[in-house]
Amino acid sequence: MEALWLSIRLAFCVAGILLLLGIPVAYWLSQTRWRGKFLVESVIALPLVLPPTVLGFYLLVAMGTEGPLGKLCTAWFGHTLAFTFAGLIVASVLYSLPFAVQPLVIAFESVDSRLLDAAAVLGAGRWRIFREILLPLSVPGIITAVVLSFAHTLGEFGVVLMVGGNIPGVTRTVSIDIYDDVQSLDYAAANRMALALLLISFAVLSTIYAVNRRVWSPWPSK
Amino acid sequence: MNSATLASTRLEAQFRFKRTAPPADKFELSVNLQLDPGITILFGPSGAGKSTLLDCLAGLLEPSPARIVLSGAILQNSAAHVFLPPRRRRLAYLFQSPALFPHLTAAQNVAFGLRDLSEEERASRVQDLLAAFRVEHLAHRKPGEISGGEAQRVALARALAPSPGAVLLDEPLKGLDAEIKSAIVDDLRAWNRLRRLPILYVTHQRDEVDALGERVIALDRGTIIAEGSPHAVLDAPRKKRLAHAAGFENHLSAVVQDLRESDGVMRVRLSGSETELEVPLGYADAGNRVHIAIRAGDILLATRRPEGLSARNILEGNLDSLEIHGAMVVCRVDAGAVFRVHVTPGALHSLQLAAGQRVWLVIKTHSCHLVEE
Repeated sequence: MEALWLSIRLAFCVAGILLLLGIPVAYWLSQTRWRGKFLVESVIALPLVLPPTVLGFYLLVAMGTEGPLGKLCTAWFGHTLAFTFAGLIVASVLYSLPFAVQPLVIAFESVDSRLLDAAAVLGAGRWRIFREILLPLSVPGIITAVVLSFAHTLGEFGVVLMVGGNIPGVTRTVSIDIYDDVQSLDYAAANRMALALLLISFAVLSTIYAVNRRVWSPWPSK
Repeated sequence: MNSATLASTRLEAQFRFKRTAPPADKFELSVNLQLDPGITILFGPSGAGKSTLLDCLAGLLEPSPARIVLSGAILQNSAAHVFLPPRRRRLAYLFQSPALFPHLTAAQNVAFGLRDLSEEERASRVQDLLAAFRVEHLAHRKPGEISGGEAQRVALARALAPSPGAVLLDEPLKGLDAEIKSAIVDDLRAWNRLRRLPILYVTHQRDEVDALGERVIALDRGTIIAEGSPHAVLDAPRKKRLAHAAGFENHLSAVVQDLRESDGVMRVRLSGSETELEVPLGYADAGNRVHIAIRAGDILLATRRPEGLSARNILEGNLDSLEIHGAMVVCRVDAGAVFRVHVTPGALHSLQLAAGQRVWLVIKTHSCHLVEE
């Protein structure tokens, strides 16, 4: 059960950070007319196509004592990020970034631009338009972004294994726990965890779909 | 309510705007206009640049060079690099769609532009405006729960709420039926009676021009082609746009005989012959030489004199030659001038056309296009 709580804690932290990070990034992407925008989009979407081990490998190298991130952290905290919970958060944030940013960009871009024009003509500045028009009208997209980053983090395996290793209570997430149980032929324990993960995922998704039909969904609305 | 302004408000604008973003169909808007208090109609076909013109005035687009002045306040002066953003222009702008904020109630929508007022003032202003446009009973409804006409009334109240200095209305009553339309316009006039603000009202419908107009500005392809009273502007189809000469197989030179302005047509005589054609009114007077273009596919061919047709031009002629080009037959007919006529091979066989035969050409008045030389 320790692994399950660790995974849930990790998923909450990552979803929260991605929400704070994803909104400004997505807003910028939806507004900018900069020609090099596609480069930023590609970098953000990389985790969609890269094997998690590749991302995990580079992160591990970066976080190691010789890596840039590692040196920085050693200077500040006295130890590197590799094989720590904080390291897991950093890795997971990067790994789930597209799952947060893409629904947000779609949500921001699908707000009728005439509403934003109307607000501007009525005297609202950029920040007020963002806060009072764009953000409230993007709530379904924001919910989607949070749910997807939460669910995606909950189920990740490769990046966690590379960056976090397998330290009980620190970096041993539920998916790694299940893998370990299967390796040691403890199918009963693996089944308990797998079932718990299945039920939690189902509960989260069904709650979201029940509450908000417009959330990104593979099922057409009626 | 504002006390009546003594100095008259006026919106003046001279600017050019080139569309650069796709669809980059080389559109350029170039205008010089002056709006005095009261309703001015901006009239023109779709694609003439009417909405673009309003977006430029409102600052949603940045024309250049441009000089836009509202009652002495400079909104834009590109020579001095002055460009006020839309939020500081004090213009009311109502789009074709109501564009109400869907997550706010009607009252909250109207209050959106009144942030600088105290709570009580704001509430009473919202109340007054909703009442002025007869939608006070909808104050607590969301846009999704009210009809199109009601939404447009709320949108009008919202646009006028922040005490604007001029009003821009972009086909605001599109899709509403005539009765609702005139009721809304009456309410707008009543609202403007004391304020005497310039109102620019865009439409492409003639009936609206007749119903509203004090002054009309006619816009076509980005330029103002006529200005004045509705009667003077609309009943002058002589200012009709000139067609591009390209794409026409028949180019005829002719001399104008007489104008029938009430019918919107004139009679012309083809140069070097007695043949006359009825064509749409153009920039011309009797005695002027004009050029007429007709598509070969717009001319009908008959082997007997046709009767009972609405087409005004029926010319008798001689079929000089026939040439088959794949699925098209090119006929040359001498009817005072030589006309090229396209028919299908099927028509060729069923009419049993042969060179040297007597034929009649049928040409609708509006198939004759006046072109520049």
